[in-house]
Amino acid sequence: MNAPFIEQKARQTLAVVDCDIHPAHRTPGELLPYLEPRWREHYQTHGVHVRQALPSALMYPRMMAAGMRADSLPENGGPAGSDLDLLRKQHLDPVNVEFGLLMALSKGGMEERNPGLAAALSRATNDWQIDRWVREEPRLRAGIVVPQEFPEAAVAEIERCAGDRRYVQIMLSSRPSDPLGHRRYWPIYEAAERAGLPIGLHPVGYNGGHPSTGSGWPTFYLQEHYVFVACMEALAASLIIEGVFERFPKLKVVLVEGGFGWAPALAWRMDKHFEKFRNEVAHLKRRPSEYLREHIWWTTQPIEEPAQSRHIVEIIDWIGWDRLFYSSDYPHWDYDNPSFAFKFPMTEEQRRKIFRDNAMALYRLA
Amino acid sequence: MSRHVVCPAAELPPGTRKVVVIDGREIGLFNVEGRLHALLNRCPHGGAAICSGVVTGLSQSSGPGDYRLERRGEFLRCPWHGWEFDMATGQSWCDPRRTRVRSFEVRRETGGDLVMGPYVAERYHVTVEDTYIVVDL
Repeated sequence: MNAPFIEQKARQTLAVVDCDIHPAHRTPGELLPYLEPRWREHYQTHGVHVRQALPSALMYPRMMAAGMRADSLPENGGPAGSDLDLLRKQHLDPVNVEFGLLMALSKGGMEERNPGLAAALSRATNDWQIDRWVREEPRLRAGIVVPQEFPEAAVAEIERCAGDRRYVQIMLSSRPSDPLGHRRYWPIYEAAERAGLPIGLHPVGYNGGHPSTGSGWPTFYLQEHYVFVACMEALAASLIIEGVFERFPKLKVVLVEGGFGWAPALAWRMDKHFEKFRNEVAHLKRRPSEYLREHIWWTTQPIEEPAQSRHIVEIIDWIGWDRLFYSSDYPHWDYDNPSFAFKFPMTEEQRRKIFRDNAMALYRLA
Repeated sequence: MSRHVVCPAAELPPGTRKVVVIDGREIGLFNVEGRLHALLNRCPHGGAAICSGVVTGLSQSSGPGDYRLERRGEFLRCPWHGWEFDMATGQSWCDPRRTRVRSFEVRRETGGDLVMGPYVAERYHVTVEDTYIVVDL
């Protein structure tokens, strides 16, 4: 009884790249030292200003502890995701994470309405990610948070960070004010292409003031969770049809936490209508599905789980085994442990691609 | 089957839980209003340490607008994805056909029953008090 208990599988645990880890602030004022004095004072006096419906309600689906794993609250206080040691102990070490990509969502500037504060918060968040996380833990990599509603400032922030290989992508919210194919966002894509960095689209809690379903607000969180998919579908279609990939042929976009099971249906539908509408969108030189297959990548969490698990294999066959990245969403409640989340047969090569090699290549990790 | 004495019963009063390691396995013990449950500390769905989850009941409904919480205290909800398991059987209520937490037999035995054996060797003074919680693997 009470013998030391460390269970290890006989085979070597495969090293993984996790494309979705959420770092949190330990205290509400944690960004203050990273803000210029002018914006620090503004932030302390006025706070942030985001467009939000349903006041006082968390905007994203929650199940456990305000959307977090119930076991991820640090013992020494602070919110889930704010303790690097706990991240190591609960996730990086046991799952054998070789690289973990940070997705900093809290008060980063993506949704801030004040242009100056949005730029300052983005800058502060990027410096904070390096200082608090990446410098302390060499397995972690940052995503460049940008004030995406103010593309000129977003470009400046991309250019400030882009030479530093600790930043591996540019983060955009999948709930922008306009569909992301809109031309006003194009300077961001131009900067991304120039920097050689992929864009990572991740859902945020807020919606730029828009009802999250496009036809009003959902009643239940189960509905709200599905809406992550609707956002991603709309943005993928917008980027493709508005011609972003035609104009920026080297641009790469990763859809994080939006699922991928819907990809074939969207492509089939767009292609079918493209035959009829092509003179409206003469700027498209190829069928929509070709842009999708060439420019879009996908992460796994939350992975679709059909009753017959092998059905998901047909979807992956369609989108390509080299297009999918493992993601955990730590410390959120729907965290996926790689040993349990993939209940379908894979060859060793397919497994290596999804869990590690695809992300190593796209993000040029080393 | 092997018997394992875990702790004095007084260490697990009603409303408490305890995770112990028995024969290499993490096992969570629960005392729900005097009923004892022992469950393997791993969610069969996503792998979480399930025994840190919330002890709850079962939401039932006969239609929209009608919600009843039944069987209070009899279910364990996984701390990650929220799957519910009947602590008495380990049975999942999300996917009952395929998923259950391994459960073990657990009971109280008096200290006197535990130390009585077939052999008598060199004797020392032993006092046996209390009852103990015993898990069968």
